[in-house]
Amino acid sequence: MHQFKTNCKRERLKEIRHFVAEVLADIGLSEIDAHKVILAVDEVCANLIIHSNKCNPSECLELFIEDHGGDGVLFEIIDYGIGFNYNNYKEPNLEEIIRKRKKGGLGIMLVKNIMDTVEFKNEENKNICRMIKKFTKVK
Amino acid sequence: MIKIDNHISDDPAYYQLSIGGEVDASSSIHLEEGLKDAMAASKKIIVDLTELEYISSAGLGVFMSIIQDLENKDIKFVIYGMEPKVFEVFEILGLNQLITIKENKDQALEAIK
Repeated sequence: MHQFKTNCKRERLKEIRHFVAEVLADIGLSEIDAHKVILAVDEVCANLIIHSNKCNPSECLELFIEDHGGDGVLFEIIDYGIGFNYNNYKEPNLEEIIRKRKKGGLGIMLVKNIMDTVEFKNEENKNICRMIKKFTKVK
Repeated sequence: MIKIDNHISDDPAYYQLSIGGEVDASSSIHLEEGLKDAMAASKKIIVDLTELEYISSAGLGVFMSIIQDLENKDIKFVIYGMEPKVFEVFEILGLNQLITIKENKDQALEAIK
């Protein structure tokens, strides 16, 4: 189990990506597979930092990564902010985004597309995002 | 860290915006400013993404949010030079169907003629 803890500032996203990249390189993923998964984790963390925790630097975010071999790699992101209601998420209509010049909702669309499993739940005052990605390893 | 540079050519007339480094939720504001400056200055814009290593939905959203204005203002706009891993992210959202994307600068200049 690899773990990383940081505070809720947008500037921390680069460090989060760096951590995920190192772990995925250790696990033995191809660069293109790793790149997409790093993006998915970055998208969830950006949403949690900006929307759930309003970029409050005294709030923290914890990320756990565990290699489950043939069952994939498990990513767990924990925060204590306002929970995200994934059940209410509606995939944005791209034409509407263009027409109204809106930018929101695209991150989760990417996450759903990249990861094999995505779950958001609330347990004892903490929000847990659990994602699984199955890979063909290069090592 | 995002890197932004611009170059204005008179003959042929075009505005070149070069974006490098990483565009994420903390740096996409600079991409937005760079594109707004370009749109205020020229009707022919090429965007060099050769040095772009990473883009998240925050950056993709910026490109998406200007599509309507490009059309309304009759601005010719072409992106070029993306690495395959970056292009793939554009592809996931279908942005490659909405914005003209070329492999290199020569093709991009041809496309804005």
